[in-house]
Amino acid sequence: MAEKLLEIKNLKQYFNQGKANEVRAVDDISFDIYKGETLGLVGESGCGKSTTGRSIIRLYNATSGEVTYDGVNVHGKKSKSELKIFNRKMQMIFQDPYASLNPRMKVLDIIAEGLDIHGLTKSPKERKERVHQLLETVGLNKEHANRYPHEFSGGQRQRLGIARALAVDPEFIIADEPISALDVSIQAQVVNLLKELQEEKGLTYLFIAHDLSMVKYISDRIGVMYFGKLVELAPAEELYNNPLHPYTQSLLSAIPLPDPNYERTRVRKSYDPASHNYKDGEEIAMREVTPGHFVFCSEREFESIKLTSAARV
Amino acid sequence: MEKILEVKDLQLSFHTFAGEVQAIRGVNFDLYKGETLAIVGESGSGKSVTTKAIMRLLPESSSEFKNGQILFNGRDLTKLSDKEMQNIRGKDISMIFQDPMTSLNPTMPIGRQITEPLLKHQKVGKAEAQKIAIDLLRMVGMPKPEMRMKQYPHQFSGGQRQRIVIAIALACNPQILIADEPTTALDVTIQAQILELMKDLQKKIDTSIIFITHDLGVVANVADRVAVMYGGRIVEIGTVDEIFYNPQHPYTWGLLSSMPSLDTTEEKLYAIPGTPPDLLDPPKGDAFALRSEYALAIDLEQAPPVFQVSDTHFAATWLLHPDAPQVEPPLSIIERMKKFPGSRYYEGVRADG
Repeated sequence: MAEKLLEIKNLKQYFNQGKANEVRAVDDISFDIYKGETLGLVGESGCGKSTTGRSIIRLYNATSGEVTYDGVNVHGKKSKSELKIFNRKMQMIFQDPYASLNPRMKVLDIIAEGLDIHGLTKSPKERKERVHQLLETVGLNKEHANRYPHEFSGGQRQRLGIARALAVDPEFIIADEPISALDVSIQAQVVNLLKELQEEKGLTYLFIAHDLSMVKYISDRIGVMYFGKLVELAPAEELYNNPLHPYTQSLLSAIPLPDPNYERTRVRKSYDPASHNYKDGEEIAMREVTPGHFVFCSEREFESIKLTSAARV
Repeated sequence: MEKILEVKDLQLSFHTFAGEVQAIRGVNFDLYKGETLAIVGESGSGKSVTTKAIMRLLPESSSEFKNGQILFNGRDLTKLSDKEMQNIRGKDISMIFQDPMTSLNPTMPIGRQITEPLLKHQKVGKAEAQKIAIDLLRMVGMPKPEMRMKQYPHQFSGGQRQRIVIAIALACNPQILIADEPTTALDVTIQAQILELMKDLQKKIDTSIIFITHDLGVVANVADRVAVMYGGRIVEIGTVDEIFYNPQHPYTWGLLSSMPSLDTTEEKLYAIPGTPPDLLDPPKGDAFALRSEYALAIDLEQAPPVFQVSDTHFAATWLLHPDAPQVEPPLSIIERMKKFPGSRYYEGVRADG
């Protein structure tokens, strides 16, 4: 496969550490993100998928673990100027297009904020031109630059969020449920835009969502999270055709599809974490079942999974 | 089948500072006993307003019934006094809202919230109401209902809260249950549980359900019939199979193709271009014409009448007029039509004419 852009090693993010109400939002997860790919991250609310994204981009200081970007550790101690370089490469698109744009700023200033911070434009004229260009890239037009966020619809606001993220020419974008707040007909517009931009600029995405059919559509590989752990990681097709972890199976069996015939015959599986019957001392870890397909399991489960998947082939 | 609710040519407007918003512009549908009718459409299409009009939950200061009737067992709900409406609301017709956190009172134990409709609408004493409430909680799958009666909404998870809201809605065995996006705020796994619960309960108490959602997957799961709304009108209505496998209106085509199915392989997702119409100044002809590649010249001039496709299937599009040119629907729709006997793309045994 292509070269690694991002390596996440044993990332842990605990809140209220050491207190009675300690929350292990992200509990020791490791994965890589390759250049130019889209990695989807799915799971139910509270499983830690957003926290993972936010820790990677340093919105939180990770409790422990390492995130290396292009070989450089992101979470180490850094000077301001080093951080600035890193911040330019990584950008984020947020879930709620209503809450993530400052209502008191004009679109021009919202989008140019990153340009100003990084000193990327030399004159006000150049700044304006760059913003106009960005607006056109995301399918808006330059007249929109002088408006305020409340004058836009949800889909248009999400486009503004995308334009803002693109302003500093990032390499890697974390999209945290960018389409959840949008209508179905508008969702497709935004997803298509993200895909086009990826092809054009060679962007790498971490796409966080709970809408599994959309995730499958946009992602090259998908990670499934459950209670702060990554339980399965596989190429998108493989994950849907051959889900191995019981939680993934239950999640997939719960997605309603726009097909009445399928819905009439659907069998829903439920997941009980106790069904694993892990014994004390058993080491549970990510193990590679087939190339690129990892499952979080014990040695004993690993053997039986290998047997059944060998039988499938 | 027995009709329980008839909505006839309903028109409703809101008065705002910007002018009159024609939120509903002539909606017609019937609801039969024991069925689930799903209403789909994007935000602003008028689906929530329609059901709030049925419940008479819209503010009287700013909304106005322009025309039409809502007949519930023969009584016109638009003409009832507030007092008469209070006797119907929560008893004969009840509602489940989208967000279970904001539709429960955070300062009241849930037991009291469930007994409230019982004490108001049914002649039962406090002790009896308590007993019924515990049974209701058990029915919606809440473990240890006796203990949980005394707890407050914040002590429950999102899925449990929605179960409580369902218990309240079902307390008086309503004839109609209106569910306005009841699972949109929930996770897929919890959503599947709630949908199963609603279907089970419907069988048990034989109520009719109006289910509002924009998730077509959910529609395929729960609905017997589907109404597609756009720009304040129902543009297509039919059985769930007719809408999913033999859709006729270009907007329905757009909706169905913009959702990736799990086996979508196409590089680009079909996206309906543009944005929904502004109902302050609704377009003259077909409201969808400006976003539709199938629009005919007449679509810009005159709103299409409703054409009958089958006994149960109706669509408002000029494409069904005998003089209209025959157009090819998008590829993914043709794929769907291949499964439907009676469509012109059906790939199966049929008498070809």
